[in-house]
Parts: sequence; C-alpha cells; structure tokens
Amino acid sequence: MSSLAVRKTAPAAGTTPGTAQGPPLRRRVALLPTITLLLGAVYTLLPVAWVVIASTKSGSELFSTFTFLPGTGFAGNLKDLNAYRDGIYWRWMGNSALYAGLGALLSTGVSAVSGYALATYRFKGREPIFNVLLAGVLMPPIILAVPQYLLLAKAGLADSYLSVLLPQVLSPYGVYLSRVYATAAVPSDVVEAGRMDGAGEWRIFTRIAMPMMIPGMVTVFLFQFVAVWNNFLLPYIMLSDDEKFPLTLGLYTLLAQGSNQPALYTLVITGAFLAVLPLIALFLVIQRFWSLDLLSGAVKS
Amino acid sequence: MPHTKRRRLVTTVVAVSLGATALAACGSSDDSKADSGPVNLTFWSWAPGMDKVVDLWNRGQGKKDQITVTFKKQASGDTLVTKILTAHKAKSGPDLVQAEYQALPTLVSNGAVADIAKEIGDARSDFADGVWQQVTLGTDAVYAVPQDIGPMMFYYRADLFKKYGLTVPTTWDEFAGTARALKKKAPDVDLTTFSANDSGLFAGLAQQAGAKWWTTSGDKWKVAIDDAATQKVARFWGGLVKEGAIDNQPMYTPAWNKALDTGKQIAWVSAVWAPGTLTTAAPDTKGKWAMAPLPQWSASENVTGSWGGSSTAVTTDSKHQAAAAEFAAWLNTDGDALNALAKESGIYPAATNAQTSGAFTSPPEYFSNQADFYTEAAKIAKTTAPSAWGPNVNVAYTSFNDAFGAAAKNKSDFVTALRTMQDATVADMKKQGFEVSR
Repeated sequence: MSSLAVRKTAPAAGTTPGTAQGPPLRRRVALLPTITLLLGAVYTLLPVAWVVIASTKSGSELFSTFTFLPGTGFAGNLKDLNAYRDGIYWRWMGNSALYAGLGALLSTGVSAVSGYALATYRFKGREPIFNVLLAGVLMPPIILAVPQYLLLAKAGLADSYLSVLLPQVLSPYGVYLSRVYATAAVPSDVVEAGRMDGAGEWRIFTRIAMPMMIPGMVTVFLFQFVAVWNNFLLPYIMLSDDEKFPLTLGLYTLLAQGSNQPALYTLVITGAFLAVLPLIALFLVIQRFWSLDLLSGAVKS
Repeated sequence: MPHTKRRRLVTTVVAVSLGATALAACGSSDDSKADSGPVNLTFWSWAPGMDKVVDLWNRGQGKKDQITVTFKKQASGDTLVTKILTAHKAKSGPDLVQAEYQALPTLVSNGAVADIAKEIGDARSDFADGVWQQVTLGTDAVYAVPQDIGPMMFYYRADLFKKYGLTVPTTWDEFAGTARALKKKAPDVDLTTFSANDSGLFAGLAQQAGAKWWTTSGDKWKVAIDDAATQKVARFWGGLVKEGAIDNQPMYTPAWNKALDTGKQIAWVSAVWAPGTLTTAAPDTKGKWAMAPLPQWSASENVTGSWGGSSTAVTTDSKHQAAAAEFAAWLNTDGDALNALAKESGIYPAATNAQTSGAFTSPPEYFSNQADFYTEAAKIAKTTAPSAWGPNVNVAYTSFNDAFGAAAKNKSDFVTALRTMQDATVADMKKQGFEVSR
C-alpha cells in the first residue's frame, strides 16, 4: 500500500514529470473528442455507405440480401437508368448543374456586391436594409415558394428555367455572410488608398476588394450550390415539364408512379448515388481556395 | 402507394402557404370554350409510358381534329393535388390532369376541374355504374372520365396454403379462422399484416362493408367515418392484431418485402395491381401466388371495395375545354388508346370492355400459373361497391396514418382510433368552411 503510494508520487516530485504522467493524461483528454468525432463520422457516413452499397444491388437483391453486402447489379442499374425514358436522368443532372451552378454563381456575385457595399459605404438606411436582410435569413425559403410561384406565374414565367433560377439569386444569408466577411477582410485603409490613387469605386471593388473576399465568396458559392442542388419544393411548385426537372424532382417522380406501378427503387438509389458525386467533386476541388487568404492580410497592424 | 413523411411535409407546407395567400380568390369562369383552328393542350399525369399513348393521339385522331396534346410527367399522390390547386390559384394550370378518385371532390370544391357532361358524349356507356358514380359525385355533372380502377382481391401463396393445410377464406370469419389456424401450425408465420401506412386499403375495406364516409344532403356534408360498417371493420382487424393472429408491421418496407419473399407472410389483401408490386417485393416467389375474391362479411354477399384508381379531368383553367374533354374521352374509351395504356402504363382499365380484351386476354407474367386471372378480375370488378369521397380525404388519410399507426403498434383499440379520424376530419371541414351535419 505504502510502497505503491511512494512509487506513484515519486516521479511527480522527481525530475521528469512529463514522461510518466504527461502522455496518459493527454491521451485521456483526446479520447472523448475522438470518440465523438468518430460517432459523428459514422452517423453521417453510414447512410452514404448504404447508398453506395445499395446502388450495386439488382432489383431482386435489394431487399433480400444482407444490407451491407455488395450486390452484383451496378452495371445493370446504370444501364437501366441510362435507358429510362431515353436517358432523361442525364438531362435532370444537366438541369441540376445549370440551376445550381449558374444560380450559385449569380447569387455569389449579388451577395459579394451587396455585402461589400453594406460593409464599406455609410449611407442613409444602411442599418434598416441590413436588418431586413437579417430577417430574411430567419425566413425559411420554403415559406416563400408559393408566393414566388404566384408572382412568377403572373409574370408568365412559371414552368421555365428562369422561374427556378430567379428566386435563388438573392440569398439573404449570402449577403449577410459577405458583409461580415468584407468588414473583416477589406480594411477601410485599403479602400482609402485606392481612392487616393484615383481608382473608381467599381475598380476598387473588382481589383482590390474582391480578391480579398475570395474565401468568403467561395463559402457563399458552396452553400448556395448545395442548397440549390438539394432544393425540392421550389422546383416542385414551379415546374411541370419533366424535361426541366432537376435531379431531386426527377428521382421523386420515379418513386411516385401511382399505385399500379412498382416504385423504381433501384433506379432511384443508383440515381441518388450518382447525384452525390458532383457535390463531392466540387468540395474537393474548391476546398483549396478556402484556407488561402484567411491568414494573409493587406495591412499589418 | 406509401405515404412518405416527405410527401406529407410538402403537402402540409404547400397547403399552409396556400391558406396564407387567401382562399378568397374565386374562379371567374370566362366562356371561351369555342374552338377554332389548331389547339394545344397540356396534360399532367404520372402514368409511366403515357407519352407514348399521347403520341398515338397526336399522330392519329388529334392530327385530324388539330388538337395537339403535350404530356408533362408528374409525381402521383396528394402533392399533385396541392400542385394543381396552387397552379389554379395562379390561373396557370394545365388543360388536363390525372386525378385519383378520392381527390376529385377536393378539386371540384376548389373549382379546379370543369363539368364536362355536355362534351364527353356517350362515354358513360363504357363504364360500370359504381365507377361512373365516382366521377359524377352523385350529381348530374361529370367531372372526369374514369381511367383505371383498383378492385380489391385476396392474394395468397397457393403452395404454402397447401403445405399448411389451409383453405382459401370466403368470409372474414373464415379469414380470422385461417389466421388462427396458421398461427397454431407455424407460430412464426403470419397470414398477413394490418398496415396503417396506406389509408386506401382501409378505406376500401370499409367501402366493402358498406360504409359511406362522405355524403351530402342539401347544402350540408355528412361525415360518417365512424359509422357501424367501418366500426365493424376496425374492430375485426384490431381484434386480430391484438390477439396476435396477424402481424402489425407496415407494408412497403424492406422487412415486408422480405416477409413476402421468404414466406413469413403468406397472404395479402390487395387490389388488381398487386402483380406489379409483388414483382418487385417478392421476386423469388413468382408463380407461387394465386388470386381469389375478397372474403365477404356474410356468405350470401358478393361485393368488393376499391383501392386506387384514377381519372382524367379537364381543368377550369383550360381555354379549350371541349377539345380537352374529347381527348379525355378518347384516352379512356378508345380501344387502341386503352390497349396502349395497358401495355405502356400497366393500368387496369375502368372501361368494362377493355378489361377482358387486348392485353388482358393472358394473365400477368407474375401470375402465369393462373390462366383466368383477368377473367376473374373482370368479374370481381363488376361487384365493386360504390364509394363516397369528400373534400378533405387527404386530412382523413393523414389522421388515419397517425391514429391507426399508433393503434396497430401498441395493439390498442382500433375503434378509438377511428373516432380520432372522424373528429379530425369533421374539425378540418368546419375549419375550411363546409357545413357539416352529424
């Protein structure tokens, strides 16, 4: 008993405390976050793994074999998906890319300009405008879908590509994010210096401020891209022509075929799997723009 | 069809927002029905392969009459009804829509579909009375042309019935007896399940028992979801679930598919479209199933309910209602059109003649062992009891899913759940401004 106590206290009082107690202590601290993160990873990746594995199963294997046992039908599923209504799936994929790509690009542009303006210029009504935008952040876009439909139908734009693109261009959250980012990343000294050198406001924005805002804009672009890519309700209400459908809507029509038709599970699962790939690719490609400028600044203080 | 959470969410969201944008906007009907020159119509439908049937019209009859139809494929279900109503609010709806029978009263009460009694000519003679009554809602008007129907039947594993020494039940009493006998012989096998995730099944069973959930007298609606007939049905299934004679797990799940495919459940109360579902749900047991008429409440009766089915309606937004009605009548009564519908869309036609001709002279592939499948089906279809749908079937159905879902899971009293369903439906109708008498 006493010898044990002595042995235990000895190193702590001795010359090398770190070697005896340091590492175990550090490991114990790191254990909890690691487990939490691992659980989180499993929680988010398990459904993805399910989609990946289920997409390899043929119709007869889907519900009869063990869930996480890969099937043999991936090529067949791809072929069926490709053949469904003369490859309309790829058209949906193209539509989704158009809605998400162009929509996110436009939205990022609008957000950057307005965010920058709200951050740098002092003008009457700046705060009210910003507060209204903030209220817009709190408003779920779902609520706006039906009024937007009624408006666009009045303008004769319902069931057109524009009807899905236009409502997504102004993103309150994007403007909010851009303003916060511009406030932090574009020092007023730099803007002043630009003015002193005789640059116009537009030139200052495009040549000086925008490069500094790129990480923020990339974030807005990604957010917006994912939001549009996954959007269901807005295109659902706006569009009636399935040639203009995005992926979310197209896959939904495969599931809801009426009671006399079996739902095309294998096609939907394979389609969902393929639909995730562009998002993953986008993240991997764009990720490197993120960390680029977060630490580098224009003025040293 | 499985009533998914997402679909319900979408419906609710759209419905709520619609309510917010004021239901006051009433349809002003301008009489522009006169047609001259070429006409272009749009048609919303979820039937797969409908594009090919529409092509048939555009190349043939349509070309002659200068009526071109553009088909726009939709997802089926409650959400489509909401979408049609939203489009109607903006006056930008299509000319023609596919509508499930139980959705018609909702569309009619919102003024979204037009009365085409004058335009469809003698189409009535092609349909059975019970079917026709679903598109007139018991009035002199005609709101749609019936397309497909879903008469209910009893499906069972012929080989396993033999193995366990069971006979096909002809009454519900025998059905209960069969379920109990099977439990005794093979405790881990169930005759079937009571599923609370598709309200259409329960509605069909109640309809067979003689229930009329919505009726009108004068200006008032009468809601009788908890009438004696429906209570009888609820008590029957609730009893079987409670004593454990049948399973209580929902249909259309992977587990259900597996149970059917491996012989853990050996029967299914379903409708004429079951072969399509079984093909994907139980692919390994092809050729082992057989179909029989639905068990009856008394041996002297011969009625069935219906589960599913839809019609083609003309909208009030259409500027060419006569042309649209002409197409709707062609689509659902012309021999070639019905043949194409059967082949391309896999529907079971509402038109009586088509039920035994063309595609329906040989049995579905899954039932190749039962040569007279469609002759039997046509006979059963004739015995379909009339149905009575109201303007808020979707609310009743949602309430059913919740109340009966919980009751089936907890094996509690089904009649209480039925009362919940009745109350929710009446409350919603009153909220919508309908006069309801009890």
